[in-house]
Amino acid sequence: MKIIVCIKQVPDTKGGVEFNPDGTLNRAAMLTIMNPDDKAGLEAALRLKDKYGAEVTVLTMGLPKAADVLQEALAMGADKAILVTDRVLGGADTWATSTTIAGAIRNLEYDLIITGRQAIDGDTAQVGPQIAEHLKLPVISYAMDIQVDEAAKKVTVKRQYDDRYHIVEAQMPCLVTALAELNEPRYMSVGGIFDAVKAEITTWGRADLKDVEDCNLGLKGSPTKIAKASDKVRKGKGEKVTPDSPEEAVSYIVGKLNEKHAL
Amino acid sequence: MALEDYKGVYVYAQQVDNEISPIAFELLGKAKDLAAPLATQVTAVLIGSGVKGLADRLAEYGADRVIVVDDPELKDYRTEPYAHALASVINEYKPEIMLVGATAIGRDLGPTVSARVATGLTADCTQLDIGDFPLVAIPGQEQKHNQLLMTRPAFGGNTIATIACPDNRPQMATVRPGVMQKIDPVAGAKAEVIEYNPGFTPDNRYVTIKEVVKAVSDTVDIMDAKVLVSGGRGVGSPENFKILEDLAEALGGTVSCSRAVVDAGWKPKDLQVGQTGKTVRPNLYFAIGISGAIQHVAGMEESDIIVAINKDEDAPIFDVADYGIVGDLNKIVPQLTAAIKAEKAKKAAG
Repeated sequence: MKIIVCIKQVPDTKGGVEFNPDGTLNRAAMLTIMNPDDKAGLEAALRLKDKYGAEVTVLTMGLPKAADVLQEALAMGADKAILVTDRVLGGADTWATSTTIAGAIRNLEYDLIITGRQAIDGDTAQVGPQIAEHLKLPVISYAMDIQVDEAAKKVTVKRQYDDRYHIVEAQMPCLVTALAELNEPRYMSVGGIFDAVKAEITTWGRADLKDVEDCNLGLKGSPTKIAKASDKVRKGKGEKVTPDSPEEAVSYIVGKLNEKHAL
Repeated sequence: MALEDYKGVYVYAQQVDNEISPIAFELLGKAKDLAAPLATQVTAVLIGSGVKGLADRLAEYGADRVIVVDDPELKDYRTEPYAHALASVINEYKPEIMLVGATAIGRDLGPTVSARVATGLTADCTQLDIGDFPLVAIPGQEQKHNQLLMTRPAFGGNTIATIACPDNRPQMATVRPGVMQKIDPVAGAKAEVIEYNPGFTPDNRYVTIKEVVKAVSDTVDIMDAKVLVSGGRGVGSPENFKILEDLAEALGGTVSCSRAVVDAGWKPKDLQVGQTGKTVRPNLYFAIGISGAIQHVAGMEESDIIVAINKDEDAPIFDVADYGIVGDLNKIVPQLTAAIKAEKAKKAAG
């Protein structure tokens, strides 16, 4: 069985965020991690590998330094790594990103593609389903559990909704988007780190993308355009008091709520 | 086809078990606002099996027209027949704007449909306006008018971006539940109802639903609550939530919580407020033992009155609270409950 896991290097959103003059993100300036939902997706793939002996290929699109997350994935146990990087791909929205990744995946053999549900920088949850759409694959998003029947070429997924879950069966090849809640990702192993250093990362550029038109790539090929981006302006701070006793605290709160007719 | 041939503000009227989801009414309320400056109609797209009877409800909440796609294949939500239904409606009727709820369904349907009809999609919007793009005229670049300006938080709520889709139609957005205001329903309102069926032929992309497991919940939807008493890790234990429940009862409200509490297994996920939980805007929000991580604040900062109780005077929750009290919740909350009961009794007698 061949599994492709799409991963993304994301800024650690606990840190600060910087923008380029055109409103796009200054990714070069940020501390980065492997996106948590993607890491859960990778762990799910590695568990399938442990069970059935699958070949796991990790793929990312980004700046050259996105190779860092591929190294991490190799050290966790992935077999192959592909970095899609090219200046003409920069500034892509989810349409252009999914078009690019689909163009890369068309070069590969696969039974299952796993992506994270969403990345913690954009929180859009769009790229996974859009890759599936470009490749005309069945998609099951929000996976809480993934089981594979290799002989029947079927996957069974526990799919989360707001107030329920569905147990869904799909024919492979298909695409599944993973929730961070899916599992607890393993750590890199010492042997894994050693192997990862030796492992080669394949780098692809624009010319390696299959069946993709230039007009659908990068900033220019993105239908959505940023009109404005800014740090969030929050509502002003209110009052803060440190009462001497619980009684004083209570009479303060009740007084304020009465003042606002909130009782 | 020219962009100006796309007309009308369309709303995906999500239904589950043939019951319209609240987000559909919220989207209709917003769609009416957007349709006014564009001098156009509001159309609801209703997709399901045996759902035609729901059209009147959509009319009461502001739909001028309802397009119904009704087919046995559409019984439970599955990406494929639903995406085919909505993409077919878009290709047939050519909306200018297509709004979808940012629910677990809409965040699956939206991206699939936007890719299929080759347009942009802005996720999880918290504000929608009609305006110019670019916002300010730039010499040498055409400024387009009457564009949908879609505003959304990103980077865990650290930033706010406003996004346009100037060269593709429809302009598509998913919208966070609980943010837009529904209108007061107009009893007896009628919409023009159009039945449309693009035909459904199952293929490999139709998945099979083997089982539907509904989460059992006896709790009130926190998004509907007027008063929320929300607890964080600082509450200390699941048992200690009792003092918050007592306060909520005294106030006629309900209990909610932060992500840390859900992660610890103290409370179910449907009570979670925040970016990965629910967005709430009650009249009164108590944040008790909640530090106020940005992910939490993103889900509650629109509340009318925010009262925070925390023993850490540097807790970020105090940056958004109208009234912040530095102190021990274990001592303050039970006494507050008693005082509020007394206050209410006085008012009732009074």
